[in-house]
Amino acid sequence: MDLHFGDSRPTDEERAAVDTLLGPPVSAWDAGPGSDGSGRSEKDLRWARGGHAARERRDLLLPGLHAVNDRVGWISEGALAYLCRRLMVPPAEAYGVATFYSMFSLRPRPTTVVHACTDLACAARGADRVCAGLEAAGVSFERSPCLGLCERAPAALVVRAGESPVTAVVAPAAAGAVAEAARAPADAGPEPVAADAVPQAGQDGLVLLRRVGAVDPYSLDDYRAHGGYTALRRAFALGPAAVIREVTESGLVGRGGAAFPTGRKWQATASQPDGPHYLVCNADESEPGTFKDRVVMEGDPYAVVEAMTVAGYAVGAHRGYLYLRGEYPRALGLLENALTQARARGLLGDDVLGQGYAFDIEIRRGAGAYICGEETALFNSIEGYRGEPRSKPPFPVEKGLFGKPTAANNVETLVNVLPVLTRGAEAFAAAETKLFCVSGSVSRPGVYELPFGATLGDLLELAGKPERMRAVLLGGAAGGFVRPDEMDIPLTFEGTRAAGTTLGSGVVLVLDDRVELPRILLRIAEFFRDESCGQCVPCRVGTVRQEEALRRIADRTGAAAVDDIALLREVGRAMRDASICGLGQTAWNAVESAIDRLGAYA
Amino acid sequence: MTAVPLGLPRRLVEFTLDGETVRAPEGSTILDACRAEGKDVPTLCQGDTLTPKNACRVCVVEVEGARTLAPACSRRAEPGMSVRTDSERTRHSRKVVLELLASSVDMSTTPGVAGWIEEYGAEPGRFGPDAARVEEDPKVDNELYVRDYGKCILCYKCVDACGEQWQNTFAIAVAGRGFDARISTEHAAPLTDSACVYCGNCIEVCPTGALSFKSEFDMRAAGTWDESAQTETTTVCAYCGVGCNVTLHVQDNDIVKVTSPHDNPVTHGNLCIKGRFGFAHVQNRD
Ligand code: SF4
Ligand code: SF4
Ligand code: SF4
Ligand code: FES
Repeated sequence: MDLHFGDSRPTDEERAAVDTLLGPPVSAWDAGPGSDGSGRSEKDLRWARGGHAARERRDLLLPGLHAVNDRVGWISEGALAYLCRRLMVPPAEAYGVATFYSMFSLRPRPTTVVHACTDLACAARGADRVCAGLEAAGVSFERSPCLGLCERAPAALVVRAGESPVTAVVAPAAAGAVAEAARAPADAGPEPVAADAVPQAGQDGLVLLRRVGAVDPYSLDDYRAHGGYTALRRAFALGPAAVIREVTESGLVGRGGAAFPTGRKWQATASQPDGPHYLVCNADESEPGTFKDRVVMEGDPYAVVEAMTVAGYAVGAHRGYLYLRGEYPRALGLLENALTQARARGLLGDDVLGQGYAFDIEIRRGAGAYICGEETALFNSIEGYRGEPRSKPPFPVEKGLFGKPTAANNVETLVNVLPVLTRGAEAFAAAETKLFCVSGSVSRPGVYELPFGATLGDLLELAGKPERMRAVLLGGAAGGFVRPDEMDIPLTFEGTRAAGTTLGSGVVLVLDDRVELPRILLRIAEFFRDESCGQCVPCRVGTVRQEEALRRIADRTGAAAVDDIALLREVGRAMRDASICGLGQTAWNAVESAIDRLGAYA
Repeated sequence: MTAVPLGLPRRLVEFTLDGETVRAPEGSTILDACRAEGKDVPTLCQGDTLTPKNACRVCVVEVEGARTLAPACSRRAEPGMSVRTDSERTRHSRKVVLELLASSVDMSTTPGVAGWIEEYGAEPGRFGPDAARVEEDPKVDNELYVRDYGKCILCYKCVDACGEQWQNTFAIAVAGRGFDARISTEHAAPLTDSACVYCGNCIEVCPTGALSFKSEFDMRAAGTWDESAQTETTTVCAYCGVGCNVTLHVQDNDIVKVTSPHDNPVTHGNLCIKGRFGFAHVQNRD
């Protein structure tokens, strides 16, 4: 590989941003002394970092892009070239990676960027007014997919680049407050505590949410005082094989949507002869309408760290990666604090709890790409490649992150492991719960924890459903609509499947009869069109054709819409059958259910 | 005496293909097995010298018990699996994929596609006159070859040929996302400012004519390109001692492009700038 880096030079600030992450360059070859044309030294002539050693650093590409974007607000040619030189990454590839993520800009832009959410829950709660107000006030902003703040919709996120970047969350947002936060993000008031997103906080019977609001999320001592780290102790007492047995017996299945048995995934990873093994916590919660993982991470961050440690121990991993969506600055701060505290107290590191087991966790930030929630896309993203899904087989348990056996679980799945161990498989299974993200036209939006078997009606009773309900979107953009007369659907994976819908990631978005359904469907279609990675034809072009058809029939019904609905069905069927990954395969679900179940366009 | 490499005998996998029991060497793809049986499966992103990205999805087949269709070009045959290559489901997806492609890019120079459009009853026009298309002007930024991404189906072959599968130059990659994804150099710089070494191996694998010799591009523009009037002569490249095979395409006594046989065990269709583009000097009659 003979790399060609061009002539663009970084500014001092860009160079400093990269060097802060990577350390100073050591040779003229990687942009160190002499590389400016003053000549290579004796030492440089005997310096080599190609092949394997260079590729080992490829995974620092995404953090490097973040470093520049955080500091300067955008990524210039000089900055990209410098980063490529430091990491020995071909610039064309790095450009392909940088342009994959919506939070990066390869063109100059102001240091302050306002992301105004225009996704489902925010659209149902006046995002339009916020955008119109911002336009009127002359505040530049970017329309953003779901920011995961649906319980406080409409939401906006302000990011100001600089040596210490500043972020401000404004939710519920009024245009004036967003404009103010854009002017002085550091002065924006503090966010409400995580427990405010949990209407049941403090109630008896909560398992996964019991500590949210009860503990100080910064304090490790408080976490321990509330039962923290008993699960890890039990895990060490049992040994890895027995931990996996316990998790298998508990019947725990993945909460990300696919509902795969967690114990089987762990067993399959643990038993791979190839090594090292990796553990990945998927915290790239980006399904529109989903915010439960954010609330868990903000309200009980040590639980995530402990659960990852247990999982890592079980599958024989010594390194865990937590892939956090880029739009969650507060969760990032809390998790970083939790990792630092845990390391300082020997709960992470070379010898966890004095048990001779080495484990540490690295946080990797996403940068605005829904598709990176797909586990193999997530691996590519961590590795410094475009976040394009890989074809399966091979499955991650065999060839996952860095091509090694990997157990990937999302946040909610992992925190379930703690009660599995502290209560025992049987007691856990007898009272297993699920988290739901309720948003839209309800009086008490938020994250709810209900035992499996509760019905949709039970949940909406708690959340305060509107008097005149039009529909409920279950499972998010990739899920499906149900009617107001279907409230007895049991909220279980099997129950929703039997009812011809899906639990998905636990989104419950309630729409009252004022909502214009065609506009919601168009927003869903735009979302998929924007978020398609572009790899395969059915999804790359199909999502565009779906959006075009929905735009044509936005104001039509009956015979005037028939042809386009037939077209939608044909394209939808091909997307479902022939796309590589779940994004394309589900891109037509919600529209189909709106047509078939709600009689949209009839 | 030359040694003939035999390799280890491969075990056979027995499975059902359109109701018939077939056997294929272990590791074969479903496509390999189909071709061995003389079954025609359309392919675009698959190429004989590359590991396919399975991105075009025009080769999908139905594997019994699977929720979705599988790409024949990449899915390996497994013992006992039952595959249908011509079911209503596969025909539907192939038809729609062809419609989606042909409605979004110019496929006029993609060999084979017109026949498939007819065979599958695809109607690319039915998305209407306003259907979004990839609108790109041809990039003519060097003397040797032209990149016309308005014809590109994003099969990834050129990226793989330029990158780790053959050339290791990494001059091009996919940039952007979704419908806006394009093959690009860094910052979409002209090829002359990129790492490109003009080996032309990307042109060799491009299935659509999006990448073409400047000579071909100019002749097409002038209306003088006529494949039926061309002869092909395969010879050994005279520039160095490696011994690559080059196939000279000649029209009216002029070499109009150079390809290389893909079955050559040494070069697999790959050349360097001299073999690919050095023909100008052969034609230099001054
Ligand atoms: S289905 Fe969509 S997101 Fe998934 S690989 Fe294909 S283009 Fe990418
Ligand atoms: S000509 Fe060779 S080096 Fe240039 S882009 Fe094509 S494959 Fe890469
Ligand atoms: S330029 Fe040709 S080879 Fe490259 S992706 Fe497009 S169609 Fe494929
Ligand atoms: S030829 Fe198989 S997916 Fe393209």
